[in-house]
Amino acid sequence: MAKILIPTPLRPYTDKQDAVDATGATVGELLADLTRRHSGLKAHLYNDQGKLRSFVNVYVNDEDIRYLQKEDTPVAAADTVSIIPSVAGGATTTDDVRSGRLQADRDGRLQPDHELPQLTNDEVKRYSRHLIMPEVGVEGQRKLKAGKVLCIGAGGLGSPVGMYLAAAGVGTIGIVDFDVVDFSNLQRQILHGTPDVGRSKLASAKDRLHALNPEIEIQTYETALSSQNAMQLFEPYDVIVDGTDNFPTRYLVNDACVLLGKPNAYGSIFRFEGQASVFAMKDGPCYRCLYPEPPPPGLVPSCAEGGVLGVLPGIIGVIQATETVKLIMGIGEPLIGRFLIYDALRMKFRELKLRKDPDCPVCGTHPTVTKLIDYEQFCGVGPAAPEPVAVNNATEITSVDLKKRLDRGDRPKIVDVREPNEYQINRIAGSTLIPLGDIPKRYNELDPDEEVVVHCKMGGRSAKAADFLRSVGFKRVLNLKGGILDWIDKVDPSQPKY
Amino acid sequence: MPHDRRLSIASAVDAAIRRHGQETYPHECCGALVGRSGEAAGAHVFDVVPLPNTTEEGPRRRFLVRPSDYRLAERRAGEMGGELLGFYHSHPDHPARPSQYDLDHAWPTFAYIIVSVANGAAADMTVWYLRDDRSSFDEGNLHHGENPHSDTAAAVHG
Repeated sequence: MAKILIPTPLRPYTDKQDAVDATGATVGELLADLTRRHSGLKAHLYNDQGKLRSFVNVYVNDEDIRYLQKEDTPVAAADTVSIIPSVAGGATTTDDVRSGRLQADRDGRLQPDHELPQLTNDEVKRYSRHLIMPEVGVEGQRKLKAGKVLCIGAGGLGSPVGMYLAAAGVGTIGIVDFDVVDFSNLQRQILHGTPDVGRSKLASAKDRLHALNPEIEIQTYETALSSQNAMQLFEPYDVIVDGTDNFPTRYLVNDACVLLGKPNAYGSIFRFEGQASVFAMKDGPCYRCLYPEPPPPGLVPSCAEGGVLGVLPGIIGVIQATETVKLIMGIGEPLIGRFLIYDALRMKFRELKLRKDPDCPVCGTHPTVTKLIDYEQFCGVGPAAPEPVAVNNATEITSVDLKKRLDRGDRPKIVDVREPNEYQINRIAGSTLIPLGDIPKRYNELDPDEEVVVHCKMGGRSAKAADFLRSVGFKRVLNLKGGILDWIDKVDPSQPKY
Repeated sequence: MPHDRRLSIASAVDAAIRRHGQETYPHECCGALVGRSGEAAGAHVFDVVPLPNTTEEGPRRRFLVRPSDYRLAERRAGEMGGELLGFYHSHPDHPARPSQYDLDHAWPTFAYIIVSVANGAAADMTVWYLRDDRSSFDEGNLHHGENPHSDTAAAVHG
């Protein structure tokens, strides 16, 4: 026999008594006896699965039984057992039924922090191929329904990620993007179709995902992810899927995930090769453990410059989606501490082991990055110290100015430093093709005293070519600002863009 | 239990809850309601105990009163000569209606006051009671006024 102290809201069920007696050798037995004597208590103390509700705290004397032996904690006659409420609640972002939130438990698995939403009959039918697998089952599907996933980008990776997560029944999918659909996206970004060209990617994505699965909630954020908004945007979500195509955003996503303790289902693609991993789990490494510093700006070209095999994001995005549903359901072996590299041409997967770096600036034992920083600056691509205008004038030329000079009869040597296959797509009339990689061995084909205008697709590679030419004694080298894309936009719209 | 419950709150209580919601915006605020139940005209809240929001899940959408603060609230209620009638919390930029999350975590008997705070300004205030079978909340009648037993109140609401 022990005394149980009853909190105010439960006293109507114990004949208004604030303390009642019950018998049992353990807390579990004692509470079972209590609910036998006062049957109205049961629904409020236990959930449908017969487990104590998360907001019901039981103390033996002054110790929370969660830190003792839980419901097996022994109770002696002299002990006082108290039921003490936690009071929780809050607004939800969307449809309440899908408000489930997941929290990582001690093993790093995501666990729902309260009762999961029920499946409707339509949902049972829709997800039946999941439900018949015991590893998923009704509970796994309810976890997916409660799950909230934020996709950064609705492009190459975001397309398969969003579509498979929507089809799988992830209850809330958020998408961050600010772009509009362009013809050059359609070769791989299967969220969008030809009629969507010119529409916002978010509007197009939302239509597509809702057509796949009207049961789920789609939240769209038409904004560029930044240090100012990342924490707030990530906060309501359980898993963040990184589908970005640039280093500043990649480091930003990584750091925000580490700071918020949210898993980062990472993927990246370039030409024929892709990478995937799960970062920022409690005991696993993060992106910075692998790459503490970004590459020098311009060294690693983007997909827009280097190209990408259209089906490649399909493979990598589906790996990200697979890891995401595994994390939500808490099944299988997540891709934590493992870095997967996929080579489409050789059709080979390689796996590297990754370790958490104790000196990692963001997830190490003594982190130096404790809040989000300026990632443009960190990656050296930002508007750092503004260059003096005079120097700018001497190193760059705009498409419009180049056209004016050509019209005046000026004939600077125009050197296209792109690859031959790009030159086949479009070109500036009269230009000479010398790919960037060939410049060091072919620059002597050019006259160092003559004025040279270099260009590439967007201006990155040609800036390097210009630097090189100046270093070997060229007197006057101008980089065409914005590359041939800007030229086509402003001067010669008759040519195709890529 | 009656579903048409009536809860009157002192105007100072009304002001304190609104102010607390505005101060913590865009985060949720929370606190305890102290007053007397079992009055002929329904329960009356005469004071509040503002409490820290200790949620670890993002205070924009969640609040949590931890057990130690709950105990503090019960003790303070006794010291103030009243009893713990329930809790209040804010819904920043969300309507003053209980969420599924509120329902899943609700205690019986307690009055749950929700104040909607839109763009930093307190707006609607409502009160809710959990049904005995936990299936949903019932909205109560929230009355503003110093004294539920005054003649005016009785004339209007009696």
